[in-house]
Parts: sequence; structure tokens; C-alpha cells
Amino acid sequence: MLKFRLEERAKSPYWLIILSPFIAILVAIILAGMLIILAGANPFESYYQLIIGAFGSKNSFAETLARATPIILTGLAASIAFRAKFWNIGAEGQLYFGALATTFFGTGLVVLPSVLMIPFLFVIGALAGGLLLLPLVLLKLYYKVDEVVTTLLLNFVVVLLVSYLLEGPWKDPMSLGWPQGKSVIDEGVLPQVLSKTRLHLGFIISIGLAFSVWFILSKTVIGYRIKSVGLNASAASHAGIPIFKTVLIVAILSGGMAGMAGVTETAGLKGYLTLDLSPGFGYAGIAVAMLANLNPIGVIFSGVFLASIYVGADAMSRAMNVPTYLADVIVALTVLCILLSLVFVHYKILFFKAKKDD
Amino acid sequence: MIEFIEIIFTAGFWAATIRIACPLILATIGEVLCERAGVLNLGIEGIMSIGAMVGWMTVFLGADLYTGILAALIIGSIFGLLHAIFTVYLGASQHVTGIGITMLASSLGFFCFKLILPASTTPPKIKPFQPIDIPFLSELPFLGPAFFQHTPFTYLAILAVVFAFWLMNSTPLGLSIKMAGENPMALEAQGIDVFLVRTIAVVLGSALMAVGGAYLTLSAFDAFYFGMINGRGWIAIALVVFASWKPERALLGALLFAGLDAYQVRAQQLAGAVIPYQFFLMLPFLLSIVAMVIAAKRTRYPKALLIPFRRGERH
Amino acid sequence: MTTLLKVEKITKKFGDFYANKEISFEVKKNEVLAILGENGAGKTTLMNILFGHYTPDAGNVSFEGNTIEFGNTNNAIKLGIGMVHQHFTLAENLTVLENIIIGRQSIFSLSLPKRQARIKILELSKKFGLPIDPDELVANLSVSEKQRIEILKTLFLDCKLLILDEPTAALTPQETDSLFSTIRNMIKTGLSVILISHKLNEILAVSDRIIVLRNGSSVGETDTNSAERQKIAEMIVGKKIEYPQKTKIPRKSKVLSLLDVSYNKADAQRLSSVNLNLYGGQILGIAGVAGNGQTTLAKILSGHLKATQGSIVFEEVGSVHISPKSFMDLGVAYIPEDRNSDGIVGDMEIWENAIMTEMDDSFFRNSLGFINKKNSFDRSRNLCETYDVRMQSIRQRSRLLSGGNVQKLLLGRWLMREPKIIIACQPTRGLDEGAIASIQKLLLEAQQNNSAIILISEDLDELLSMSDDIAVMYKGMLSNPIETRTTNKLSIGLQMAGDGF
Repeated sequence: MLKFRLEERAKSPYWLIILSPFIAILVAIILAGMLIILAGANPFESYYQLIIGAFGSKNSFAETLARATPIILTGLAASIAFRAKFWNIGAEGQLYFGALATTFFGTGLVVLPSVLMIPFLFVIGALAGGLLLLPLVLLKLYYKVDEVVTTLLLNFVVVLLVSYLLEGPWKDPMSLGWPQGKSVIDEGVLPQVLSKTRLHLGFIISIGLAFSVWFILSKTVIGYRIKSVGLNASAASHAGIPIFKTVLIVAILSGGMAGMAGVTETAGLKGYLTLDLSPGFGYAGIAVAMLANLNPIGVIFSGVFLASIYVGADAMSRAMNVPTYLADVIVALTVLCILLSLVFVHYKILFFKAKKDD
Repeated sequence: MIEFIEIIFTAGFWAATIRIACPLILATIGEVLCERAGVLNLGIEGIMSIGAMVGWMTVFLGADLYTGILAALIIGSIFGLLHAIFTVYLGASQHVTGIGITMLASSLGFFCFKLILPASTTPPKIKPFQPIDIPFLSELPFLGPAFFQHTPFTYLAILAVVFAFWLMNSTPLGLSIKMAGENPMALEAQGIDVFLVRTIAVVLGSALMAVGGAYLTLSAFDAFYFGMINGRGWIAIALVVFASWKPERALLGALLFAGLDAYQVRAQQLAGAVIPYQFFLMLPFLLSIVAMVIAAKRTRYPKALLIPFRRGERH
Repeated sequence: MTTLLKVEKITKKFGDFYANKEISFEVKKNEVLAILGENGAGKTTLMNILFGHYTPDAGNVSFEGNTIEFGNTNNAIKLGIGMVHQHFTLAENLTVLENIIIGRQSIFSLSLPKRQARIKILELSKKFGLPIDPDELVANLSVSEKQRIEILKTLFLDCKLLILDEPTAALTPQETDSLFSTIRNMIKTGLSVILISHKLNEILAVSDRIIVLRNGSSVGETDTNSAERQKIAEMIVGKKIEYPQKTKIPRKSKVLSLLDVSYNKADAQRLSSVNLNLYGGQILGIAGVAGNGQTTLAKILSGHLKATQGSIVFEEVGSVHISPKSFMDLGVAYIPEDRNSDGIVGDMEIWENAIMTEMDDSFFRNSLGFINKKNSFDRSRNLCETYDVRMQSIRQRSRLLSGGNVQKLLLGRWLMREPKIIIACQPTRGLDEGAIASIQKLLLEAQQNNSAIILISEDLDELLSMSDDIAVMYKGMLSNPIETRTTNKLSIGLQMAGDGF
């Protein structure tokens, strides 16, 4: 019987580190290709349609970037949190909370000139996302309540809250019975950056935020602390690094990023809050962060990649009659393949022969 | 106010409690098996979802109901095996693997459903398990309709608890699972393959989760909807903590939880005009969080939970 | 006497490093073979090969004439080899009985024969003088009781050769004696024992034959009767190691006192009304069997835990906020006992670990929170030079450092801050002799600079040679310290077993 054992590499070769996400994507695409065959379509043509759908015209390219905006932000949220081994799976809920805050403050309660109104909405959205996460962080720190489960559970609560508000007190009377919020005032709406497309300022802002996060994580004491707490919290605490404060900062930053994704969707793309604001952007963020190996700059690229899959899959589905859920399958496969590639990056697999017992 | 108390004295309330509890019981017990062996299985939500789809689809395509359960069992085992390869043999992050499995299992389930039934706007129905009357017992007043007029699937779920209890407490495998989650080195030193034990636990646990999902489409309802699991998997994970990783307490926890849920549905009908239904729907999720907080103080995690075991590592 | 085990030219490499190099020896029936060698000499690797944990790169082992199949623990067990690891392999959530019978049936078997097993365990326990309660939870047992279970586990398997890896590491001198008489007893009933140790005195007391390992090779073999102490000591070490000599300095003023400090929460071992005074220039040794509250005491002294009762008083300082950071700022340095999980962040680079305690110092960061890399690098190089941390580059990942270098880095990091109080938990455990000498030297130098040091150790020799005063911990209580020169190993051992509490 052939047995194997993992041996940790002293140093992982650079080519492997750089190449591994691409190999993972390739494998995911090949595996998903088999599903396309199962659906009775030609995988090459289907992928061609997918690429055309995502990048084939100015409009589709702009649509891809617009879709990437919230995904980059939730990807940043996951990157920051996962670096500190704080498993925030609640970006979906934090996104909606950010959207709620945008609707609350942005539909007339506060009126400021555009240059102030837009930053104001982002700050409010970030605060809302961070605030939603805060009690769960405290539960984790004080009572050791696992944050994976609490953040996941809270996603459902928030969506139900949004549903209540949109069907009840916050329902826009002009929406003809459709559950949606009031429109964000003109000063708060994120301007288009490419005329006659849906690409808005939020994309530029999300890229700016990615660079800021990168800067914070790699150049500052806060980033250093986050890294040490994530890699070995006990050792960090023994060296006097304040675990509590660090995790709190992580949570606020992480929840804040996801909250801002709610702002870009409400004030940017739609202009008002709906119940289907996010088709799982929060969960996509996890995939994006993993694909980028938790690197904030990498998140921009993996975010655009994932967005192109989602946008392109719609076009492919129409042209080839393959269910759009293929996009979700590709994303899920990518996560698993990345995980697999990380094992190979950090470990050598040694095979050895062993006879069967007895 | 008296109506709110009267609810718990109706047989319908108790029957509903058991109906609601069944998928949770199966899923929670499945998760207990995984976690006792040291593997957190966050694939639960997706595995339940694909179990629900596969079980239903098998029956829809002409097989009988028990074959449907078997199909769910098999698909659950397959995803459990995938999870085990990642987390047990390769030592990958249990958190990310679990999320990845959930994403894959649910999206694959939806994809296949759409592939087989592309155009259906209203979900097609099957003839699900029908209640059977247990001789004599079902004729008891109150107790009969409350506890002895359920579907065979329900009794199977209860049987699964007995099975898990027996497995954990009276078999070498159960003992090995408990040791694998506490001190895998100790298990290895006794000549038992830790990888194998953990893999068996995860596969078996995942199979139960998928069957829990299938309960929804084969017994509780008669159709498959997207998002019909609706967080039940995550609630099960909270229940595991609440149950201190014990199958018998998982049964109690799930019943308690389902009781509250059954109660809120009935209370909602009474108070629906005053309190919006969304708040009732939030209750299970909020309760789960509360349950975890309550349990967190006294609970003792399996020590090796989340920690991959690597053989022949230099210490 | 007939040969039971024959080891021929065993070689095991980890990377370029020879853990074992062409080791050969034999074990006869009814004898205690001692394998001596300092930490890192390759003893444990060798035993892990015999027991089937590792596969050697070359060599042969036969047991009763049958060749052993490597890398298969089951095979070793079946042949009759039993091993008691230094770190016990017991599951604390299970009972003694369950720990012993696990693995005896196939995991696919449908029943657990608990009744028969209980009878056999009680028989064995009587026969070998190893009293236990089969239904007790392992979590409730003391260290020596756990060791008894480990030995019973191997006896339950009808083992013929018992390998004991550093069995006395956590025992009191009295418990050690009792273990040795059990071992002699076992030999009489037909077993053979391999005893792995680095403690020469113990080996001379209990073994029949001695093999010495050094740097992975066998460097000598002798009958215990004809062994010369001095010669074996030289064989173990190879080159002569200069241990630092302690010079006493006059005691300075009091720096710290604990008043009636208790701790009784479930998350750490209990402490009950501990009183303690600590003076500048004093090394206070704290002895005790592991698990009697030493870790809790250290955590309270370093601000990681807050006492549930009583108070901790820093002289000339008012009330103190209890946190690791504020204690650090008062001049407390804490060397945790597990340097890999609590000391170093293995996946960060050496320079990052070197400045971890200094992140609030404006020398290493500007007011906006940007790290000053140049100053950080300079400090790290300086630290590594001053304290002889051997590495290739300060940009290297820290986990690649040897245990001794990790400890020098951690201790050096604190010494750079010129601490007033050093709390050192097992600072030399598991290090090779050269590193032990360096760490002890650094601690003694710190004492010369008027630091007050609390030295928590299970190694009584170390405590006796380093401390000015020694106190003993037992079940969360701390005895009054007595001057080291007025006490001896035996009386400390008695106290460790509860005498006088």
C-alpha cells in the first residue's frame, strides 16, 4: 500500500507561490468544464461566451468592474480578519447593515454637499458594519464563543431585519408595492466614472481602500500586531501585544470594509436598498481573499476575476443554456483548489511504501 | 394571555416540535461525530442542501422514498470524504474547507436541479412519507397524535440518536473517535490510524447531515426549494456546543429548540398583527447565539478540535 | 542470557542532519539497558524508530529473531514492544480503563469487552505494585499516576520490552525511587527495559548496562557495575562544558510581594493563599511537581491572570492595572515554559520577534504608527550578537532556529529592557547542555545587575545550583522559602510530595 506523509518545506519556492493561484483557477475551470459537458454544451465555446460576456464590450467590462466593487470590499474584510485568525463569515450581514445605515442617513435625514455627503456615507456604512461585528467580537473575547457560527447566524437576522424594514416602516411609498427603500438623495449618489455604464465611483474607492489596507497591514504597527496575533496569539500576548485591542481593531476594520460594500451597492449601483441587494457578495469575499492569499492588492485582481465569472456566466447561460449556478460552482471549486495548492506550497508530499497491516 | 399557554397543551404543538426537530437532530448528531473526532465540519449547510436535493430528485425520478434516503446518505458521504481528504489527510484549514464545501455542495445541488428541471417555475412535488399509526399507542389521547402518528422517517431519525449513543459509548470506534478529538497522539500510540478514525467520523457525520436535509424534502415537505435549509446547518453547529458534544444532549437540545420554534409559529398566528413575522423568524438564530453564550461558560471543547494531526512529525 | 532485541547500524537523517548514525546495540532478556545522552543526542529518535513511529534511512532491527517492520506501530506492539513517552499519550476525557483498552479490538468490532479488561488490569496492577482505579477519569490523576497508567498500558499488551523515555522528568525524588523499584520488579518477572535518560545518577542506580549516545552516534557501552562515573560523564558531553559559577551578591531592597493570593477559576490550576516576597539581586527557586500551580503563579506574577483574591504589590508603585503590558512597563520579564507556543511567533522573521516587546517605543515607530525598519534591524542584529543567537539572517523565519537559540532570543529580548523582575519558567527544559549553560549564565548575570529572579523548574539540580532560596509548591500552596545552602534534594523532594503542607 502506498502511504504518504507531509513534510513542511523550510522555504517555499517563489515560482510555486506565484503560480499556485493560477494553477488552482485552471483546475477549477477544468472541473467546471466537465459540468458544462454534462449540461450538453461545448466547454470551450461556453468559456468563450463567458469571457465575451465579461470583457467583450465597454459595457460588459464596466459591468464586471461594477460587480467587482462590493466583492473587493468584502474580500478585504475577509483578508483582514483571516490574517488575525478571526473568522468573520458575516460580511453578508455587515454589508446589509452598511446598506441600512446608508438608507437611514442618506435618504434625506442628513443633507450635505456631494464632496462631504459621499465620504460621510462611507464612514457611516463602515461604522455600521463594524458595530454589527462588535458584540460578536466581545462574545469571542470574553466568553470564547466561536465567531464563525455567530457571524453566520447573524447574517440571517440582518436579512430578516432588512426584510421587515422594507416591507414595513422604510418601504418607499413610490415603489408600487415592491419592497424597496427610499432613494438615496442626489448628493449621496456615487457618480458614474464611465459614461453610459453602471461603473461608479465606488470602484475607484474600493481600489483606494485596498491600497490603504495593504499599507496598514505591511507598514504599520497595527499591521504588525495583526500578523503576530494571527500567527501566534499566545506568543504575541506574552510579548505585551494587546490581544484584545488588536482583535477589536481587526473586527472594526473588517466589519467596516463589508459595511462599505453596502454603501457602494446602495448609493452607487441601485440608488436604493432592496432585499436582493447582495446575491452572496459576503460569501464571495471569502473566496476572493483566499484566492489572493489574503493580500489586499491581490484582492483587487481576484475580485475582478470573480466578478467576471459572475457577469460572464449570465451571458454564457443565455447563449449556451447552462445554468448560471455554474458561476457559483466555479467559485466554490476555486476556493477548494486554492486550499489544496496552499498545502502543496507549504508542504512536500513524500510517498513511501508500507505493507498493509497484518 | 391564556391562549399563549394553551399552545403547549395541544397535540399539534408537540407533533410539530418533533417534525421540526428531526432535521436538526440528524444534522446535530452528524456534527457531533465530526467534532468529537477533532474536525469542525462547516460543510454542514451545503451538505444538508445537496442531501435535500438528491434525496428529493431520486424520488422525483421514480425511485421509492427509502432509495431517496439512501441517495442522500451516499452524496453526504462523498462530500464528507472530500472534507476528510482536505482536513484530515492534508491538514488544510477546517474553517475554509468547510465554507468551501458548503459553497460547492449547495451550488452543485442547485446546478444539477436546474439542469434536470430547467423550466420549472413552481417547484414540482412528490408524494412524501406518510404518517403511520403505531398500533395501540397512536390511539392514546393526546400522546397518540403528539408522538405516535409520525412518518417512518421521523422514527428513523430517533433511531439515529440511539445508534449514535451506542456508537459513542459502547464500541471501540466510538472510543477511538473520542480519543482522536482529545489526544490523537495517544490514539496513534495505541496502534490505531488516526486518519482513518477521523475520516470515518467525518464521512458518517456528513452522511447524517445529508439525511437531515433529505428529511425536509421527503418527510416534512414535498418539494425542493433553493435556500430551503435556511441556516439549519449553522443552528446545528450552535446546538453541538449547547449539547456539550453528546448525542443524547443533542436530542434534547434539538427538541427544546424545535419546541421554541413550533411555539413561535403558533404564537405568531396569535400575535401576528402586533409583531411582524420577521421577528419571529429571527428567533431561532438569536436563540442559537444565546445558546452558545450560555454553553460557552461551562463547556469543554474537544481538545484537538481544529488541530490537524500530522504523522511522523518531529517534536 | 538470550538476546531479545538486536539493533544494527540504524541511521536516520532529517534533511542534512544525522539524528542517528549507524547505531548498533543489543538488549538481553531480564535486563535494564540505559541509553544515556544529552538532549539532542538522538535518543528519542532512536526509540521512535524501534517503536515504529519513524522509518530509518538504513539499518535493521530484530526482535526475538524476527525482523521489525519499520514505520508501523502496530507491528511493534504485536511483537511485544511497549513504549512510555516522555509526554504522556493519554486522553484526559476518558477513564483509565478506556485509555488502556483502546486499540485492542479492531475499530470495526461491535463491542467493548470492558469487564474482562477490568479484571486483567486489576491483576496486573496487583502483580507489579501499580495501584490504580480503572474507572477514574485520567484528567483527575497526578503525574505519577498517569505514568502508572502508561506502564500498565504496555503490560496489558503483554509487552516483553518496555521503553521508558525520560520517565523521571516530572517525578519527585521519592516517586523516582518507587518507579525504580517497580522496574526492578518487572525485570524479575521476565521483562526487559530500555531506560532513556540524561540523568547519570539515576541510570547508575537502576540499570544493568549503559550505552552512551552523542550527536547521533553511539560513543560507548559499559556494564553499570564496572562503570566509572567521571568517564561516562565525559562520554556524554564530549567536550567539557563550563557551567557558570554562582557568586552571591548582597540582597537589595524588596521589589515585589504577594499577599494571600488565591486563584480558583477553572481555566488554570488553583492557587491558595500564596505569600511571597522578592528582593533585588535574589534568585528565588520554586520547586514542585508539574501541575501544582506553578504556571498559575507565573501568570499572576506576569499580569496574564488576575488573582481571584489577595493582592500583588510592586514596591514604590501604587495600584496596578493587571495586564501583561502594564507589568512589562513595571519591569517584569516573563519567560513562559513553552517557548514555541507562548514565546516565539515561528512564522514571523527573527527581527520581527526581536522587537515584539518594543512596539510602543518611539525608537521603532513614528507617531503615525509606521515601523522604523532601520532601527528595528539594527536592534535585532545587536540582540543576536550580544546574546549569541546563531542564525543566517535576521530576515529568516524564526521557527528554523534551534531551541537554544529561540530561548536566547527570547531571554535576550527581555534582558535588553533591563528588567527588574524576571519570571523564568523551565528556562532550560529540553535544551542541549551548551545552551543550558548559556541560559544559566545569562540569568546569573542578570542577578548581578540586581534583577530579582523567580526560577520555576522541575530540575532540582538546576534549582540547587542557581537559587539563593527555594520554596516548594504543592496543590496550589507555596512553602516558606528556605536558604538553598541549608537544604538538600531529599528534603525538597519530601516537600514536593506534600510534606509540611
